[in-house]
Amino acid sequence: MNDHENKVEAEGFSLPALQKGDPEEFSRLVNAYSSKIYRLAIKMLTQQQDAEDVLQETFLKAYRGLKSFDGRSKISTWLFRIATNEALMVLRRKHPEIISIDEPVEREEGEQEPVQIIDWCCLPENELLSEESKVRLDAAVQRLPESLRVVFLLRDINDLSTHETAEVLGLSDTAVKTRLSRARLRLREGLSAYFGERVNNLREAQHDHSMERSTKNREKMLLRSKGGGKK
Amino acid sequence: MNETTKRHEHKSCRQLLGSLSDYVDGELSEELCSMLEHHMEDCEDCRIVVDTLRKTVSLYHMAAGSEVIPSDIRQRLYKSLNIEEYLE
Repeated sequence: MNDHENKVEAEGFSLPALQKGDPEEFSRLVNAYSSKIYRLAIKMLTQQQDAEDVLQETFLKAYRGLKSFDGRSKISTWLFRIATNEALMVLRRKHPEIISIDEPVEREEGEQEPVQIIDWCCLPENELLSEESKVRLDAAVQRLPESLRVVFLLRDINDLSTHETAEVLGLSDTAVKTRLSRARLRLREGLSAYFGERVNNLREAQHDHSMERSTKNREKMLLRSKGGGKK
Repeated sequence: MNETTKRHEHKSCRQLLGSLSDYVDGELSEELCSMLEHHMEDCEDCRIVVDTLRKTVSLYHMAAGSEVIPSDIRQRLYKSLNIEEYLE
């Protein structure tokens, strides 16, 4: 077994079987990565039909390309590279005016200075991850420029390492880190505006509740004093 | 920005902004790490930004973990690849 086969083996697949076109081995590859590829595509493109097209095209291209897969990168990195290119192609077809992913990082806007300074970490998990919150989470990702969005999706949503993300996108590790930092700060800003409001509402409700309780307590005391301490 | 920021040396906050993402990942150099932690002892705003940044990343992680490919899309994918018989 050579080094490249070893690398694929380490990911749990047999490169010779995949290259021979073994359908069972290929289905294992599809099973392992279809959810992740779909997640990347739907969050890049938002339209379900576009995401499904990208998903199918990715695995069709992978199937055809496996024979010439040189194993220099991990097979998952290779799949994400195909998927990312497919998704970016759809985006460019639909929005030819968008910035290229190869755009030098210096030309993008810098770090967004934090404006929303409110600690919302105290909100309960079921509120932070409610269906409504998840819609907000997705909407915040959609507002990111494509060059930042794709880095965030690969690194934070699909758990690729900095170096793997750099390999997928043909960027340097430093550029990946810079873009990830900018993406995360923008997302934090968006979520802070939303969750911060929830924290304020919660505080107001607690304040109203404690005011109500102290008014009731005062009323009780007044009643007691009027009763002259009679039992 | 609230009163805390106005009182604090705003320049340091700006300079450290680009390091926060690496800090959350535990990938910041030792020197910058201790500089940031020292800064956060006196800067409530930066501490909030770091906490909410960490929470932002973890929320996206958690939300993504529960998302799977819809079953009809999965079925059509297996069909288009001629591997339907291996659909679990």
